[in-house]
Amino acid sequence: MPMPVADLEAELKAAFPDAEITIEDLAGDGDHYRARIVSAAFSGLARVRQHQLVYAALKGKVGAELHALALETAPPA
Amino acid sequence: MTDAATDTAHDFIASTIADHSVALFMKGTPDQPACGFSAMTVQILDHLGVEFVGVNVLQNDDLRQGVKAFSDWPTIPQLYVKGEFVGGCDIVREMFQSGELKTLLADKGLIEA
Repeated sequence: MPMPVADLEAELKAAFPDAEITIEDLAGDGDHYRARIVSAAFSGLARVRQHQLVYAALKGKVGAELHALALETAPPA
Repeated sequence: MTDAATDTAHDFIASTIADHSVALFMKGTPDQPACGFSAMTVQILDHLGVEFVGVNVLQNDDLRQGVKAFSDWPTIPQLYVKGEFVGGCDIVREMFQSGELKTLLADKGLIEA
């Protein structure tokens, strides 16, 4: 089930207010996205924990409504 | 999913990652991956020349759901090294590109440095 890019961005922005977010719709079908999220929330966390924070923010939509969300997360440089 | 089935899946996952230094929970098999993300992860492991066991989660829905709960991770594939969850496709790719994955496997004595 596709998800509009604006909804995805809004949910990420709500969870990570300080974040710089870049989203690409990889297949043009609203179902395969790549997101790059830079937020201080990720500082000092292992990558697995950083991605788990994102998955938690999206409340179970990844792997369900969203088939694929390629993630790149980082703390601010 | 019944509680008993959940327990069985949990036990199977726990013993798989205990018995195999490198375990990849994936869609399809290493020879015939059923998803591009699983295929890419297999390619990376093959490229590094590390021995691994591929577990096809599509064979059993309890296993497919169970591994997501076990790792607190919503997607497949999932890579475990020496019983520790390393990550999914994106993290494996990032670690491969930066050389961290090779270092990790070499540090664990699983490939030659």
